[in-house]
Amino acid sequence: MKKWTAFFNILLKDIRAYYLKPPNISWGIIFPLAWTGMFFIRSGQGLDSIRSLLPGVVSISILFGTTSMLAVTVTFEKKNASFDRLLLSPISLELLMLAKTSGAILFGMMNALVPIGMAAFFTQLSGFEWGSILAAILLIAIASTFMGLFIAVSVSEVFEAQTFSNFIRFPMIFLCGLFFPIANLPNFLRPLAYALPLTYGTDILHGAILSENMLPLWLDFIAITVFCVLLFVVSLRNVHRKWIV
Amino acid sequence: MERIIAAEALSKKFNDVQAVDQVTFDLFKGELFGFLGPNGAGKTTTIKMLTGLARPTDGTAWIDGVDISKEPKNAQRLMGVVPDESNLYPELTGFENLVFCASLYGMHREERRIRARDLLDMFDLNAAADRKFETYSKGMKRKLTIAAGIIHNPPLLFLDEPTTGIDVASARQIRTMISDLHNSGTTIFLTTHYIEEAERLCDRIAFIVDGRIIRNAPVSELLQPIKNDHILEISVLSGSEKAESSVAEKFPEYTVETRAGQTMRFRAKTTIAVAPLINHLEASGAEVLDARRIVPSLEDVFVQVTGLEKAEMENSRNGKG
Repeated sequence: MKKWTAFFNILLKDIRAYYLKPPNISWGIIFPLAWTGMFFIRSGQGLDSIRSLLPGVVSISILFGTTSMLAVTVTFEKKNASFDRLLLSPISLELLMLAKTSGAILFGMMNALVPIGMAAFFTQLSGFEWGSILAAILLIAIASTFMGLFIAVSVSEVFEAQTFSNFIRFPMIFLCGLFFPIANLPNFLRPLAYALPLTYGTDILHGAILSENMLPLWLDFIAITVFCVLLFVVSLRNVHRKWIV
Repeated sequence: MERIIAAEALSKKFNDVQAVDQVTFDLFKGELFGFLGPNGAGKTTTIKMLTGLARPTDGTAWIDGVDISKEPKNAQRLMGVVPDESNLYPELTGFENLVFCASLYGMHREERRIRARDLLDMFDLNAAADRKFETYSKGMKRKLTIAAGIIHNPPLLFLDEPTTGIDVASARQIRTMISDLHNSGTTIFLTTHYIEEAERLCDRIAFIVDGRIIRNAPVSELLQPIKNDHILEISVLSGSEKAESSVAEKFPEYTVETRAGQTMRFRAKTTIAVAPLINHLEASGAEVLDARRIVPSLEDVFVQVTGLEKAEMENSRNGKG
């Protein structure tokens, strides 16, 4: 019970100190709105395009929302030594890192609701498999957050975390089938697409919203879950190796 | 006496630099133990190894019988740590910071609020309780960081340079608090650059230089060889070099050392007669400014044992050891 008291208070502290700050709230709302508007205008297909754009916009909103926050909640706290206070507390490193990432996961899920809310305003959202959509949103948020964690513990400066994030995020947008089918990628780039966790999350969303998934959904769920576990385990190992030297 | 820390041959190497070298010592329950050494001596690295924030290259340490390398979380439950920089959360208020730190140890909501209020009161920070930590002065930040270190009433407290870089009044208040905590039974491991602070507060002191403990003894034992010494310090404007050699011939019972060319320190096992000495110095061409008797202190022991001057210690006060 005591460890869960610590867990929830770390999460609440992060939400209060970081996620509920006006710049982050505006980032969380404006960014998905901008993405949605941009792709909607670019498609030139009117309201009909909303449904086809939704999986990509939802994924991208989660990806950018989560990965950006970890640079602050982890790298910044490590830099100013307040993270040492958490490392010295009597809760396991696994639970501590879960507490530090839970805020970003929730933030990412909230980001996902913005384009869905916008879509609901303009068009009927009938025929959606909501169970799969919610599961995909959760898994994309977890995978993106753990990717942000992996980046945050691999660097020592906040600006490095942000730069490193962009090196991964922007190619990922074009490689993981968000807006262009993987089948349309050049042959040499396709293996890279399958090495990205977002590919599987987006595929679940394509299946749940458009019934156009390229892989069986069960395979997508397994693949993205494996990525989540791997990214978390590697990040924990990096914390042990780099921060408790 | 019961041991609360047992460090055995602790060593830490960063690439080619041996930061801590075979450090072995015990700390007994209820003691206030001082780790005294200059910048870069290995004080902070030792604390990091003892608290589980760094892995020893060699050796190990037990906290109340718990191996810190093997069971860090069980050991960390027993300790409070006040690092050399005030590392609380700038965006939280003083009260919120303390309540948050209490929650890390699983304290219940009401219990942590009461404890936070008590500590704010004890550290004279009540008026600033609802102000953000980032608005605090250095001294207030330091006090709140110490309060956060003892929020869960740990039996063992690590204090890394607690008075470095803060104003005189806050430093004095912090020393009083350290003394009070010690009197209430908390075992304290204190690192400091300040010789007087160590002498005033500690039961036992270890001198650490270049990663090695070169002396570890109770303060009374450290002072024993010099406690009956008589020391006279004479400031001269010029002529100290010439005078020093002639004094050695005329007063062979005195040992003389000249510091920075302007301060001559005479030491003897019997009372030093001031007038004949000054007369002789002036006759030797030295221009005497003033003379004062000095009570032998830990500084003299430190200089003898380490070969370092107090100034070398004090100049390193803003660095990390």
